[in-house]
Amino acid sequence: MHDKTLAELTRSLEAGEFSSRELTQHLLGRIDRLDGKLNSFITVTYDQALAAAEAADKARAAGEAGPLTGLPLALKDIFCTQGVKTTAGSRMLDNFISPYDATIVEKLEAAGTVSLGKTNMDEFAMGSSNENSHYGAVKNPWDLDAVPGGSSGGSAAAVASGLVPAAIGTDTGGSIRQPAAFCGITGLKPTYGRVSRYGMIAYASSLDQAGPMARSAEDCALLLGAMAGHDLRDSTCVARGVPDYTEELDTPLAGLKIGLPREYFGDGLDPQVEAAIREAIKVFESLGASVREVSLPHTHYAIPAYYVIAPAEASSNLSRFDGVRFGHRCDNPADLIDLYKRSRAEGFGDEVKRRILIGTHTLSEGFFDAYYKKAQQVRRLIRQDFLDAFEEVDVLMGPASPTPAFDLGAKKDPVSMYLQDIYTIAINLAGIPGMSVPAGFAGSRPIGLQILGSHFTEARLLNVAHQFQQATDWHRQRPAFAEENA
Amino acid sequence: MQWETVIGLEVHVQLATRSKIFSGASTAFGAEPNTQACAVDLGLPGVLPVLNEAAVAMAVKFGLAIHAEIPEVSVFDRKNYFYPDLPKGYQTSQMYQPIVGAGIVEITLEDGTTKPIRVHHAHLEEDAGKSLHEDFHGMTGVDLNRAGTPLLEIVSEPDMRSAKEAAAYLKAIHSIVTYLGISDGNMAEGSMRCDVNVSVRPQGQEAFGTRAEIKNVNSFRFVERAIAFEVERQIELLEDGGKVVQETRLFDPERDETRSMRTKEEANDYRYFPCPDLLPVVLDQAYIDHLRDNLPELPAEKRARFENELGLSAYDASVLSATREMADYFDEVKDVCGDAKQAANWVQGELSGALNREGLSIKDSPVSARQLGELLVRVIDDTINGKAAKQVFQALWNGQGASADDIIEAQGLKQVTDSGAIEAMIDQVIADSPAQVAQYRDAEPDKRGKMIGYFVGQVMKASRGTANPQQVNALLKEKLDA
Repeated sequence: MHDKTLAELTRSLEAGEFSSRELTQHLLGRIDRLDGKLNSFITVTYDQALAAAEAADKARAAGEAGPLTGLPLALKDIFCTQGVKTTAGSRMLDNFISPYDATIVEKLEAAGTVSLGKTNMDEFAMGSSNENSHYGAVKNPWDLDAVPGGSSGGSAAAVASGLVPAAIGTDTGGSIRQPAAFCGITGLKPTYGRVSRYGMIAYASSLDQAGPMARSAEDCALLLGAMAGHDLRDSTCVARGVPDYTEELDTPLAGLKIGLPREYFGDGLDPQVEAAIREAIKVFESLGASVREVSLPHTHYAIPAYYVIAPAEASSNLSRFDGVRFGHRCDNPADLIDLYKRSRAEGFGDEVKRRILIGTHTLSEGFFDAYYKKAQQVRRLIRQDFLDAFEEVDVLMGPASPTPAFDLGAKKDPVSMYLQDIYTIAINLAGIPGMSVPAGFAGSRPIGLQILGSHFTEARLLNVAHQFQQATDWHRQRPAFAEENA
Repeated sequence: MQWETVIGLEVHVQLATRSKIFSGASTAFGAEPNTQACAVDLGLPGVLPVLNEAAVAMAVKFGLAIHAEIPEVSVFDRKNYFYPDLPKGYQTSQMYQPIVGAGIVEITLEDGTTKPIRVHHAHLEEDAGKSLHEDFHGMTGVDLNRAGTPLLEIVSEPDMRSAKEAAAYLKAIHSIVTYLGISDGNMAEGSMRCDVNVSVRPQGQEAFGTRAEIKNVNSFRFVERAIAFEVERQIELLEDGGKVVQETRLFDPERDETRSMRTKEEANDYRYFPCPDLLPVVLDQAYIDHLRDNLPELPAEKRARFENELGLSAYDASVLSATREMADYFDEVKDVCGDAKQAANWVQGELSGALNREGLSIKDSPVSARQLGELLVRVIDDTINGKAAKQVFQALWNGQGASADDIIEAQGLKQVTDSGAIEAMIDQVIADSPAQVAQYRDAEPDKRGKMIGYFVGQVMKASRGTANPQQVNALLKEKLDA
């Protein structure tokens, strides 16, 4: 039962093969047995989960079940959940019990889903390996020596290892797509503004977006339908109708125009990854799609621009963690400045501090024009690259990451870690949606195909991914870890 | 050496919205600490701001009132600094693209002349909370009720040349915002606060001197006193061969002096950048036109109408238009009684006198404008004389009757104009005062004018003030001189 997709689980629940309570209990048991090795959860909410599952079973008995009723999932620990510890992977918030629910938490609850708990992540979503967590690194279930990717590493590992059928992640520069690729699952970063950010602890406000991580494109479609939509509490959330994302899943791909960005197949791309992606493209050709090369000429500016804009916003967003009203406070502060300095020095980890320093510097008088303003100009050019490309093609495809999952501890130098996101970061700068879909293996480690579309074309991306998954079974592969320990 | 003072003001006006600028929490003054601060005001992790449209409308109205340019697009920026009463570690403000562009505020000086003061721009921002340093045994308390209250910061050009001009400018701003109803203008509760930039330069020199900024001055009087002190300090410093340092100073009203708070070197780098949580504010022309069409009559227009249409003196017109409450009150009295001059005399005389004695503002007047207007109707139609009118006013003030007519009726103050009745009273007074009558009749005719006062007084007394004094005078003369 831990192997099934959401769509399959719903059919089982409908058929009465098992109840949501039984399913939930089974998964909680797996978390107890397996997560000691993975470390994918920070908090498991046993009691709330069982209560929600029972309520879902009652709703189903009363004939009031929707497409997600009684389905278990996990939330990245960046979403505020009322009455539950919400840490963002940071010592700073180790004592923070949120007094309110994030909008998507409310929405998913209203849809009848059952949250099993809060998943591990890089501190404040800053990282590409999930090694920057106060709660320790997460292991990749395909190879316990490998990282699961980041920052939504806990969500990806939990889904891949059968602890939970789906999880919610966030993606600021690749934090859904890269861990989805590393763990062999399907992840979607929606268009900026598609999903409310209210109650999602901000890293870089103009880039952050929540999205589903699951075992199939169909499951992502089901979840996105429940998460998306206008929210009066988030001014950047777009007032635009939410389509039924499952409706177009079966549309044939004949005539689909696929673009391959030349810049995504250059130096630094692992040959095994490239081979897997080229194979995947052939599958699309066999489904009737046409393929052409396109260019995104400003691609190589994406990482520098991102590492100006994101830290700038982060340095300001993280100012509220000052030890005054909530979160970590140092012992016996001598005075106000001491309180600030030590609370923040003790509460934040190295990568967070590094980005606060970078952001503070780039916004400083005398540097603002050279860094922040220039980066915003670059951002517009990058966005324009994509808009131009989508004049010619329907979707873009390429690798989600230049390599498969790397070993824990392998990337000691922050810049080499930053380069991990070379194919994902520009998508956040442009605000467009992107997916990562399982497309093969390099040894035991999964490879992810990235599919990109123009703004608000999630339905099309999900259709393209679903058709690929109808023709392949990469997304059906499960790590031995999940089975051996069943 | 002759020195010239140069002053620029940054006035923070608290806007009278019901909820805060970026959250739904109430803005009411005086609640228990931290009871009017919601998750957004507390800056909890994950919360986001949503702009209050009412604050935008109020800012635009102010802009229209000072004939400012209203840019199509304005943008909120974050001003980053750490302070315990600043929950997010930044203040959301407008640095680069404010909601109101350049405009003009006309000030009226004591001699009645006017002077235009240029406004550089006005921008919207959120207020911080309050740090409370007392009653916490060496610790500091933080009250976030005020955090997120909308402020309009109005930044002038350095166009003022004296403390008096600065005070007049502040009064003009106060008058505009209260007329527009966008602020209660209550300075004691902090609804208007200002930062004063002061420098001095030798008379005739074009370049500005180095300025000091005096923070958080919160009354008209303090503005004048702070400037007076600061100007004297700077001149003394310069005449002793010293230099003025660019710095921020605090005014201490108890000691009547300004003190250095921080110098330019210690100044914060606020690292302004556009707030990514808020979209640019885009105003279309129809929205602006709608606000313009619904602007109330403003102080300058009112003053002109009082002078030109109602024929009031320039002085009366400026006093009566000083506040919207005063002007509205006067307008209603005038409308009810139909006589602008009577209305002006009574509002500035009897009413203002009584309000001042009791320390009341006109909106708390126990005598309503309608009541005063009705009273004046009875003066104008000669139902009562001036003396009785004052009695009626006092009775209305004391709540002894609902209307002038009730009081006139109850106290029998209706003026006696029946000459038969007056004659009878005169005859009685003459009969009762043989000595005074003899004295009067012996006096030279040019002395008699003064002496007749005694008889008038007696007759009025006998009538309990209700006799028509002009009639009494004429009839007495007739009888005594006969």
